[in-house]
Amino acid sequence: MTQAIERLRTSKQTFTALQCKECGEQYSLGAKHVCEDVCFGPLEIAYDYEAIRNQVSRETIEAGPHSIWRYKAFLPVETDTPIDVGTGMTPLVKANRLARQLGIKELYIKNDAVNMPTLSFKDRVVSVALTRAKELGFGTVSCASTGNLANSTAAIAAHAGLECCVFIPADLEAGKILGTLIYDPTLMAVKGNYDQVNRLCSEVANTHGWGFVNINLRPYYSEGSKTLGFEVAEQLGWQLPDHIVAPLASGSLFTKIYKGFNEFVKTGLVDAKDVRFSGAQAEGCSPISLAFKEGRDFITPVKPNTIAKSIAIGNPADGIYALEVARKTNGNIEDVTDEEIIDGIKLLAETEGIFTETAGGTTVAVLKKLVEAGKINPDEKTVVFITGNGLKTTEAVQSHIGEPLTIEPKLESFERAWERANTLNRLEWQQTQV
Amino acid sequence: MPVKVLIPTPLQKFTNDEAAVECDGGSIAELMNTLEAKFPGIQKRLCDDKGELRRFVNFYVNSEDIRFLDNKATVLNDGDEVSIVPAVAGG
Repeated sequence: MTQAIERLRTSKQTFTALQCKECGEQYSLGAKHVCEDVCFGPLEIAYDYEAIRNQVSRETIEAGPHSIWRYKAFLPVETDTPIDVGTGMTPLVKANRLARQLGIKELYIKNDAVNMPTLSFKDRVVSVALTRAKELGFGTVSCASTGNLANSTAAIAAHAGLECCVFIPADLEAGKILGTLIYDPTLMAVKGNYDQVNRLCSEVANTHGWGFVNINLRPYYSEGSKTLGFEVAEQLGWQLPDHIVAPLASGSLFTKIYKGFNEFVKTGLVDAKDVRFSGAQAEGCSPISLAFKEGRDFITPVKPNTIAKSIAIGNPADGIYALEVARKTNGNIEDVTDEEIIDGIKLLAETEGIFTETAGGTTVAVLKKLVEAGKINPDEKTVVFITGNGLKTTEAVQSHIGEPLTIEPKLESFERAWERANTLNRLEWQQTQV
Repeated sequence: MPVKVLIPTPLQKFTNDEAAVECDGGSIAELMNTLEAKFPGIQKRLCDDKGELRRFVNFYVNSEDIRFLDNKATVLNDGDEVSIVPAVAGG
């Protein structure tokens, strides 16, 4: 323990530059996301892995805060006092009932439906982005969002005392709008889809000196998703799973889980292992899945039409990298219909007691589809990433669930209703059998 | 055939810090050539060695992605607005 604290105290900055993912050109560590001097490719953070290796061990991490900041050496911030609102370290639930239902042996749910403070994985990326935004001197932060990112940016900006202006498509679920407005940001509801919101925000970012978490702060922001990979490895007892299934929107989360696993191998925290990466999309917005199935190495944008609004990105920025990861790890990318997504939400709720939003329904439905197609081996230790909370998208399931039995406050009334409920259950069971 | 071109911040060093410029061109491909003539060096950022538009750059004509139109052959009319936008992370 003392040794662990001593190592933390002598820690030095482990991130060294912004580096183009395509051509390798390096830039200083400012608010910049594009390789403007050479090829216009996306910038990523470069690290000194030797320095990280010297600073961290399983023990130092275990002695760290119960949040994503236990992995601070792997994250692009300088401060010793990052914005810590308890983000991360969400449960990794062993899903025995769901596994049995699907016919596989060892299944885990990484449950970011209960991430803090706003119940989605976005709290991870925003905690990192806003910590860095403060270091870079931004007073106003912003984002283009399909809902969850808006919730998270508004909440964590409120906690950090930053001005906040966020942009969403105007047709979002009521829960996601309320869950943003409560923190009192300026909320712009744009009459258009997410890709149009993105375009507008890029133009706003050009003219206002704001920190847009997923535009000019993108290299810092996206690194936060690695913590999902780190936590899974730590929670599995410092080892990697055999197969993971995660939702694909822009493709960023998927590639960063991959990066997280690799960084743990590179720094000696876990043994190397071939982990298969499978991705999930909604049929109504499946540009990455289509490219995967057609064997293409480029993405053709689509116009989204699905209830899975949180992952409805028709023009996914990291789509090609997600394709690469799925292919080189011998994984798959699959898509499911809106009906299957609702069934997926219900299946997870009924077997594991976890209420997820449409993105999670998509992921569970794709898991089921892959198992049924023999694309997940029943012996593989599989981890499914549930990234958002069902209470935010109640509209999606409202007309697909039961109703309460209204009774008088009398024993007799209860007995009658109980008998009726049991009869209905029996009938349902008989129908299923037939 | 003058059109208005919105230039993203990373490219404004080529356009004397102008965020919007007027340029001629009957198509996106022609516009690339006239942009290069006016602001030398800009084309290399937007197109690869084979002259194809880079996959990380999005072009919009009056808010429509040119991949839903005719890509580089997309016809431009007088007064159109062309927006050049680098890819953005997820939401």
